Amino acid sequence: MKYVDEFRDGSLAQNLTDSIALEAQHSRAYRLMEFCGGHTHALSRYGLLGMLPANVQMIHGPGCPVCVLPIGRVDLAIRLALEYDVILCSYGDCLRVPASDQMSLFKAKARGGDVRMVYSALDALKLASNNPMRQVVFFAIGFETTTPPTASIIRQAQATGLTNFSVLCNHVLTLPAMEAILTRPDSVPLQGLVGPAHVSTVIGSQPYQAITARFHVPIVISGFEPLDLLQGILMLLRQVNEGRAEVENEFIRAVTPAGNRKAQALVDEVFEVRDSFEWRGLGSLPASGLKIRAAFAEFDAECRYPDLLYANVPDHKACECGAILRGEKRPQDCKIFGTVCTPDNPIGSCMVSSEGACAAHYTYGRFSEVKWF
Amino acid sequence: MSKSKSAYVRPLDIKHGRVDMSHGSGGRASAQLIETVFAAAFDNEYLRQGNDGAVLPLPPANSRLVMSTDAHVVSPLFFPGGDIGSLSVHGTVNDLAMMGARPLWLSASFILEEGFALSELQRIVNSMAQAAKAAGVTIVTGDTKVVERGKGDGVYISTTGVGYVQGVTSPSGDGARAGDAILLSGAIGDHGMAIMSQREGLEFDSAIESDSVALHELVAVMLATGAEIHVLRDPTRGGLATTLNEIARQSGVGMVLNEGSIPVHKQVLAACEFLGLDPLYVANEGKLVAICAEADVGKLLDAMRAHPLAPLAAVIGFVIADEACFVQMNTKLGGRRMVDWLNGDQLPRIC
Repeated sequence: MKYVDEFRDGSLAQNLTDSIALEAQHSRAYRLMEFCGGHTHALSRYGLLGMLPANVQMIHGPGCPVCVLPIGRVDLAIRLALEYDVILCSYGDCLRVPASDQMSLFKAKARGGDVRMVYSALDALKLASNNPMRQVVFFAIGFETTTPPTASIIRQAQATGLTNFSVLCNHVLTLPAMEAILTRPDSVPLQGLVGPAHVSTVIGSQPYQAITARFHVPIVISGFEPLDLLQGILMLLRQVNEGRAEVENEFIRAVTPAGNRKAQALVDEVFEVRDSFEWRGLGSLPASGLKIRAAFAEFDAECRYPDLLYANVPDHKACECGAILRGEKRPQDCKIFGTVCTPDNPIGSCMVSSEGACAAHYTYGRFSEVKWF
Repeated sequence: MSKSKSAYVRPLDIKHGRVDMSHGSGGRASAQLIETVFAAAFDNEYLRQGNDGAVLPLPPANSRLVMSTDAHVVSPLFFPGGDIGSLSVHGTVNDLAMMGARPLWLSASFILEEGFALSELQRIVNSMAQAAKAAGVTIVTGDTKVVERGKGDGVYISTTGVGYVQGVTSPSGDGARAGDAILLSGAIGDHGMAIMSQREGLEFDSAIESDSVALHELVAVMLATGAEIHVLRDPTRGGLATTLNEIARQSGVGMVLNEGSIPVHKQVLAACEFLGLDPLYVANEGKLVAICAEADVGKLLDAMRAHPLAPLAAVIGFVIADEACFVQMNTKLGGRRMVDWLNGDQLPRIC
């Protein structure tokens, strides 16, 4: 396939892993975090982790939109579906996120809630125009990548005068989460960060400079293809070895310093920053999430359904998703990993999305812990 | 006097008519639907007797009966390369074929939704009759029920097949042994992506056609080589990955696949790529996996490649000893990963 196969070439990958092996100094340990779930997935799916030297360790970060969604927010969506008789729609992975009382949106569907999976934000809007007699709520999640489409449908809904459509907004911001990871006193120091691919096409590479300057940690924005990722890791090792802490862009075919200004303007028109937003694993972070501006309040499910109050719900006691999302633990360090908590019956959110650290390790990597030879 | 006038029965209006509750009530309307649509298309000596069941001859000596059943609930009912009718024949014929059997007879039961267009039903039944004829199987008995509008998806078809297998040994899912070779008859993912391309809310233009086809003749050719075939299975729902995991668990073995040797058509790869799906988990309806003794790979592969249904047949990996029954894969990139069971339904990635 043109423009895809080129980034999955086995012999080029071999060259890159050879270069990485040469660059990695035996006396050092490199702890690098791939922030984004897309990278976590690629590392596992292409078997890249086994191709890296033993002293280059990849820590899975919190950049998986489904994983950082706290239980309380999913509870709101479930209540909308079951108690308010709305058509509740969201992206596929969201429907499986475990909520309170062993519920999920999928289970709410089985109990009679009208829960629908959509492939795009636009489909949610279509659902509303095709069902004028029903209220349709779009459970919107994601980082800066999925925010512009949500902004766009809210604006369209207003322009077309839709009265049966609203959005339960859970959009979050990348940089505050990165800062939270790097400032936590209990977190293990990181030598470098692989910066998000798709998020950076929207926000650009420039905003990360505040992070590199403040924490003196190198960031390499890298594409989601396996060769991109290997190249990004190599660039990080070089920065670490040379004592540099800069923002470098491996994904130049899609990411510019300023990003997508049109998308940024659209988001700015529709959304404003919340005072604080709760993240699974990271807790409540100031100025880390978005809410719908007052000018679009009629499309804000939190305004339309004022009784729908958010309540913080603690994670399952044995679940280590929090520590895993902070990079302090690996999936296999969790006691219930692969026993009580599996992709078929996830306890924590990291086991839900294919981008979640636990699901990726369970699905692609767990064979590496069984020694039978 | 015309034929219908003499019988005082108004003929069924296939072109404009729709299924109603009376078609499932067992009265005159049921009888008329069965005669006009089903019996006419499937016509054979067993159905002509008009009995509640079919009396079938015993299989030849030194052979054993094989029976399998399959329910079909596909949406949309018509898709590029087939429809629920042909699928309901191929599905059961293939299940028998994977037991090494020669399929002979089918039963078919239809659950129709009130309001379903008779013209579409006729199309489906005709396609079923055609598929059965091509596969050399006879639909010897059947049943029809009607459910209220909104309680069905147009039509559901269950088919049960009976055939026989020669001799005392036949391929079985628990037969894989460490060292065996894993063969695949062709490119994966065609059926699932053909269906996906037509699904509501997801329509995309593509030239992908379902691979739905009866595989028993290919199986007969494979068995005739005398190769020691330990396992035969068609990777339908859940795709190749799930089928291999089933076999690994049943046989208590592990597997190592080579990603580079698994054939996938370019269009399927492209469609999977933009939907965020993995072709290893996408359904097939005309492919089979064969696990055979390593020494027999050459002759089995030659026979498969010479058959029109398996020109792309390939050895995709080997069976290994592994108590954990993991299916692993060497990626094209040079890494290794697991190929796990399908978890839930494949969901498109969101970002």
